[in-house]
Amino acid sequence: MIKSKKCIVATAIALTTVASTCFAASSDITVAMQLEPPHLDPTSAAAGAIDSVLYSNVFEGLTRFASDGAIIAGLAKSWDISADGTEYIFHLRAGVQFHDGTGMDAEDVKFSLDRARAGDSTNSQKALFAGIANVAVVDSTTVKVILDKPNGSFLFNMAWGDAVIVAPESIEGIKNNPVGTGAFTFQKWVQGDRIELARNDSYWGSAPALESVTFQFIADPTAAFAAVMAQDVDVFTGFPAPENLPQFEADARFQVLEGSTEGETILSTNNKMPPLDNVKVRKAIAHAIDRQAIIDGAMFGYGTPIGTHFAPHHPDYVDLTGNSEHDPELAKKLLTEAGFPNGFETTLKLPPPSYARRGGEIIASQLRAVGIQAKISNLEWAQWLEQVFRGKDYGLSIVSHTEPMDIGIYARPEYYFQYDNPQFQALMTDLSATTDTAMRSEMLKKAQNIISEDYVNGFLFELAFTTVADAKVQGLWKNAPTQATDLTGVSWSE
Amino acid sequence: MLQYTFKRALSLCLSLCLASVVIFTVVEIAPGDPASFMLGINAQPDTIAALRAELGLDQGKFARYLEWTGGMLKGDFGTSYTYRSPITDMISERMWISLPLALYALVLSTLIAFPVGLYAASKRGALGDVAVIGVTQLGIAIPNFWFAMVLVVIFAIKLRWFSAGGFAGWDDGLFIGLKSLTLPAIALALPQASILSRVMRSALIETLSEDYIRTARAKGLSRQGVLWRHALRNAMIPVLTIIGLQFSFLIAGAIIIEQVFFLPGLGRLVFQAITQRDLIVVESVVMLLVLAVISINFIIDLAYAAIDPRLRHGL
Repeated sequence: MIKSKKCIVATAIALTTVASTCFAASSDITVAMQLEPPHLDPTSAAAGAIDSVLYSNVFEGLTRFASDGAIIAGLAKSWDISADGTEYIFHLRAGVQFHDGTGMDAEDVKFSLDRARAGDSTNSQKALFAGIANVAVVDSTTVKVILDKPNGSFLFNMAWGDAVIVAPESIEGIKNNPVGTGAFTFQKWVQGDRIELARNDSYWGSAPALESVTFQFIADPTAAFAAVMAQDVDVFTGFPAPENLPQFEADARFQVLEGSTEGETILSTNNKMPPLDNVKVRKAIAHAIDRQAIIDGAMFGYGTPIGTHFAPHHPDYVDLTGNSEHDPELAKKLLTEAGFPNGFETTLKLPPPSYARRGGEIIASQLRAVGIQAKISNLEWAQWLEQVFRGKDYGLSIVSHTEPMDIGIYARPEYYFQYDNPQFQALMTDLSATTDTAMRSEMLKKAQNIISEDYVNGFLFELAFTTVADAKVQGLWKNAPTQATDLTGVSWSE
Repeated sequence: MLQYTFKRALSLCLSLCLASVVIFTVVEIAPGDPASFMLGINAQPDTIAALRAELGLDQGKFARYLEWTGGMLKGDFGTSYTYRSPITDMISERMWISLPLALYALVLSTLIAFPVGLYAASKRGALGDVAVIGVTQLGIAIPNFWFAMVLVVIFAIKLRWFSAGGFAGWDDGLFIGLKSLTLPAIALALPQASILSRVMRSALIETLSEDYIRTARAKGLSRQGVLWRHALRNAMIPVLTIIGLQFSFLIAGAIIIEQVFFLPGLGRLVFQAITQRDLIVVESVVMLLVLAVISINFIIDLAYAAIDPRLRHGL
């Protein structure tokens, strides 16, 4: 509707150009999201907003995530892995150009990987590159990567936004002028407002349908609702107000996409802080929680219950919600056995997202029902990082862990929930050295069971990914296997 | 006068120095490290240390204070931690929205307040006056962000006359730019216009009870004639003071309105900078706002002294 309006306005202003204006209107799109990237270098910050704008659109890696989470070829068209799993030979696509017109070759790949793993690197996911012993240029389209030891997730690691291939010449200005190999080129960034991309006409792959893309940043949920309703924006990814979604669903002008994310939302528990160091107490908390009530109350029904730290859409997922059914009587019994017949007091420190703030209120009341007094304090992210994450000064917290396949954090005893289980740690070490798919699958299932039976955290739900879009927009990613708004396959249905 | 001006200027400088110390201390005390915030929860300690070094955060607090204040004296606020661009450029870019918005709101509120205030004063005690008092009371009481949402629902969602927010920029012409600032300016202007109307009304009523007004009336001047020729000019002094104060409020006070209309102005910059712990941006923008408020007060002080000779001497 807004599209045709634009055309009418154009007619009034300049009759001669009306045909071309109408045509252009159906090949541009405005995509809104809540958070603005702090800068535009995906290889040196954790901000998901950077990937949400640039992943696949502007920057590409050797491999990449497909919309269903599968790892597919990216700038490397194929690869050979040595029998012992420590040597990867990547065959790069020929004739790929960076947006500045220079060629992308094996030297650029070596530069990008070496830069990410260097001593002074500021890559926020440096662990992805930790196993790389050497990167060698074989010829202009062949790169050999030697690993210290076999790593079953190496191709997966190379698909992350933090592992995209960058040009050495562009590094100095990358934070404000990203130069990649993707289907769209960066045009303009009005800080605080929007980022504009344009179609890359010399793209190596099939050309995208869209000619220009505007990413608009709207932080306030009410403003987000108004912008969609007024059709100022064509798409809102990660729509921040789930309570408004039924209204959009009922409106023929819009479509609502509900997909999955990699965000395991958990009641993070400090495993070293008494009495939470007692597994019976943690088990009691798990049984005191009614997941569905939290999903309904805090997320207005959007979300999938989980019983362990693993994404339900993953083929290796095991449904362990049965380990922690809602059972307040059992919770009270367990507390009595643990020596706390009258419950105890602890802290519940909540970061800003609504899943935490709303979910926190509900969890606190569910805990109160079995005698546990959880004192809520609301923190900003920066405070949360300092007090909870780094200072480990907390009893309980609620956080969605959005990194894909991050069950390995349970093998880090210094990590903020301070879970220290040598058996689990050994399993993770074995897992990363295993490349056989069937064996990896068994190990991942075992790992899910261990943390579920140890009640490390309260496992709540998998965060849903909700997108509201104009009904005529097609080809959007429904799920979010990584934080990305891949627009290469998006078009208008007219 | 010269001595008075010198004294005022000295106190202005002292206030600025004190403000810089207070701002720096308060912001630095706030918990949260910009480097950890940017790198998130998977970052390794050596990565955070590398970024801290890159940002210059590994230097002592005192050294950073000197660098910041020294830079400001040369008109250079430094470089933003998160955006990595020069803060001076960022602020001037945002000023192209915040300043026109504040001016627009000020012009609107003055254009509303003058006729309303005059009307109410001339109809003192009558139904019209009572209505003005009631409506302006409501205008002061309604939170401007709520009023902003109502405007969006009516004019953006229902009528489609304006977009729900965002700023079109000045490149496509003055009209397009002003159009995107219209709803925010109205939302900002409403409480200001209400306050100003009331000040205008009471100042006029007070002036109208002065002896010289009675003399003018006794000489045969009409009620309206007295209002326009004598009362209005004298009532302007308190009104202008309020307008001066409102202007600094409008620049600093637009934070919430900029959120509601997602305008990339100064307020939004501060808001984002606080959550991201972009401390140097917070410090610089707050310092700039302090400078604006103190300067406006300085000018008002001088204006008073020009009008009222008692201030120049003795005091």
